[in-house]
Amino acid sequence: MKIAICAQGEGLNAKTDRRFGRSPYFVLVDPDHETVLESIRNENADAPGGAGPQSAQLLSEHDVGAVITGNVGPKAKQALQAAGIVIYTGVQDTVGDTIKEFMKGVLKPLSGATVPGHSGIQKGQWR
Amino acid sequence: MRLAVASGKGGTGKTTVAVNLALALRQKNLTLLDCDVEEPNAHLFLKPVFYFTKEVGIPVPRIDFARCTFCGRCSEVCAFNALAVLKDQVLVFEELCHGCGSCAYFCPERAISEHERPIGILERGNAGNIKFGHGRLNPGEAMSPPLINEVKKMCRPGLITIIDAPPGTSCPVVSAVSDCDYCILVTEPTSFGLHDLDLVSRMVKKMGVQAGVVINRSDLGDDRVEDYCRDKGLPVLQKIPFDRELAEYQARGEPIVKHRPSWHDYFEKMFYRIAEKCEGVSR
Repeated sequence: MKIAICAQGEGLNAKTDRRFGRSPYFVLVDPDHETVLESIRNENADAPGGAGPQSAQLLSEHDVGAVITGNVGPKAKQALQAAGIVIYTGVQDTVGDTIKEFMKGVLKPLSGATVPGHSGIQKGQWR
Repeated sequence: MRLAVASGKGGTGKTTVAVNLALALRQKNLTLLDCDVEEPNAHLFLKPVFYFTKEVGIPVPRIDFARCTFCGRCSEVCAFNALAVLKDQVLVFEELCHGCGSCAYFCPERAISEHERPIGILERGNAGNIKFGHGRLNPGEAMSPPLINEVKKMCRPGLITIIDAPPGTSCPVVSAVSDCDYCILVTEPTSFGLHDLDLVSRMVKKMGVQAGVVINRSDLGDDRVEDYCRDKGLPVLQKIPFDRELAEYQARGEPIVKHRPSWHDYFEKMFYRIAEKCEGVSR
């Protein structure tokens, strides 16, 4: 299974991002081999609205089976579930650490949204 | 002639200026449109008798899954991210949709039809000689420009229309002020008043709409607003000093011209000054 991890940059050593729709990168990994398949830049990170569902569409287009993030909003959650993508919260400091944690089996799949809508918008983003 | 009354900062006196100007002109066939659809309040002063009510909506997409091939074209052309195409599903986020119709237009399978999503109510009425119109946006709704544009359909060429705009400088204000011949900017001589006057005066300049300033509570605060107007070549059309009695009339929902006959002259003079500037461009 291909897993996407919300990150601030590319590769295993990248810092993770706690946001989903506005995460600057998604690092796609093969957890069984702890290898990076691809790092994709998230063009939706600066969208005025609807960043969550568009990011879900992006992951769906890449045949991702699960995503590990810090938080997820209501629209993103709806779209990820419609795409059959399992949501895990609990990203660690880096992408590599997050895979290790995932392989221990301690991350739990999510049932509800963890934050209200628009939580990924940084203060002053559109100044 | 279309005359908008706007302000960057809220609560500076837009409605006071719009309502009293409309009453002071004592003209037949004058129209006042309250385009602050999130919080319309001009009716509290004019007390119009409404004769027409209509629900206003915007067209949002509905997907025919018997035809959809999940090609993703609709999502690609949507400027507002209102559609997400996910393998064998299309999700429509109606609250993000601006009703532009691009998705239905570009769908190669003709799998998208449109239905109306209500956003608010339009009401038309008469207040004495004044023709009145306003919109009431549904609570929690963010998409006000389509309702504002619907209210503005009461504008008639050759007749005077006064448009009470919402505060700020965002899309609803642009919708209210666009196509106007002149914009009165109401402000107050405070730091906030000055800051937001700067924003809104740059907005109208960008839109190519002439503007002048009314300074409300003009004897409070400092001179920076007047200095700003002088620097930018913005005419100060009127200064309204702070007066507790005026606030009391307002609180009772009574127009000031009713109590202060001199206001008729002030506002009439202001209007003719504006009309002179608009000559030749008047529609």
